[in-house]
Amino acid sequence: MNNMEFLKPASLEDLFQMTKAHKDEVTFIAGGTNLIPQMERGVESPSLIIDVSDLQEMSTITENGNIISIGGSVTIADIAADSIIKTCAPVLADAALQLGNPLTRNRATIGGNLADASPCADTAPPLMTLEATVHIADVDGNIKDVPISKFYLDYRFTALGRGDVITKISFQKQGKSQKGNFSKIGLRKGSAISVINMAILLDFDHDTCKQARIAMGSIAATPIRIYKVEELLEGKKINDALIEECGELVKTEISPITDIRGSAEYRTAVAATLLKRNIKKAIL
Amino acid sequence: MKTYPVKIKVNGKWKEAAVTARDTLLDVLRKKWLAYEVKNGCSEGDCGACTVNLNGKTVNACLVLALQANGKEVTTLKGIGTEQNPHPIQKAFVEKGGIQCGFCSPGMIMSSKALLDKNPVASRSEIREGLSGNLCRCTGYHKIVDAVEHVAKNNQS
Repeated sequence: MNNMEFLKPASLEDLFQMTKAHKDEVTFIAGGTNLIPQMERGVESPSLIIDVSDLQEMSTITENGNIISIGGSVTIADIAADSIIKTCAPVLADAALQLGNPLTRNRATIGGNLADASPCADTAPPLMTLEATVHIADVDGNIKDVPISKFYLDYRFTALGRGDVITKISFQKQGKSQKGNFSKIGLRKGSAISVINMAILLDFDHDTCKQARIAMGSIAATPIRIYKVEELLEGKKINDALIEECGELVKTEISPITDIRGSAEYRTAVAATLLKRNIKKAIL
Repeated sequence: MKTYPVKIKVNGKWKEAAVTARDTLLDVLRKKWLAYEVKNGCSEGDCGACTVNLNGKTVNACLVLALQANGKEVTTLKGIGTEQNPHPIQKAFVEKGGIQCGFCSPGMIMSSKALLDKNPVASRSEIREGLSGNLCRCTGYHKIVDAVEHVAKNNQS
């Protein structure tokens, strides 16, 4: 294990040279909040680590017209505190503020949260409702843009190939007519891993919901959009009966498992409750 | 065993060591530089006992590779107060009974300082949120929150 090697690129160009030369051995580290515990437990024993945490090109939040881009190495704390994100993508700011605890948020990065491919990643549901694009660079520096709905392929399996790195994530600002929120249920309030998490973004034309985006985590092999419930809401005025119907429908759209944090039955019941609660909160 | 040189500024003084790629900041602080005020609780980022300040941000020293901290500045508990001249937060922890076994105290105090530096008049719920990465198995947290609240209230007046 002590034979592990460490490289720290000074620029993206530098990074691609390294990944190209070591494509088959490389493991990336940014915040290390997932990787280091896995190394500690012997689950991961990388032979080469490349540190992308201080790469300038991947460490900024930028605003270009209606598009916001977040570098892959931007920390969760910086996202939670960023004034652009707070005003133009509050659903993501909400999620960032609820991820882990202040110590993990200061290290964990958005690229790492996605690349780790955990079904309970807290930034995934909000990014799904924002229909974000994940910008992935291969070892030659070629960028492919993957819609987040196509990023997660299966349990702990993503569109990232060997040596691929998430350079940035981009999305359109939330519109003024879009109401949304993020919430999670954990086993405790502080530094909780989500037993279930959810983001919703509803766009209204007066009283009518013209577009609905709903995404949940920890209730399937990957974070998923709940398309059937979105369809049910779209084009309708939201009332109590419709909200109840959404609660029933979501139960048939998810496939949670039983694990140490909760049973499948519990997750199904909580998914319905959380969805109903969040829709009510959004239309207040 | 391949080693790499690191240079890290600890409490204002540059320190050097040879580390492996696998060594964490916690390893080098405790094993090479004998910074025993940085506690090793869980080694996997759950307990906050190893909280230090790295370039202005509180982090779990066990979740940073020593090489990731190369060229950066670290402040440990000993960098914010001494026995003769304790930091007001340290005084409050003693006065309000925020210390029992003392193992979580260095981390708690580092997180409390980071919180109050950013939000000098933090409320009780903000304090609980600010300390949510630090576990204490003795006090039930009440007296720790009392201590930090005491400092926050003094900041207000």
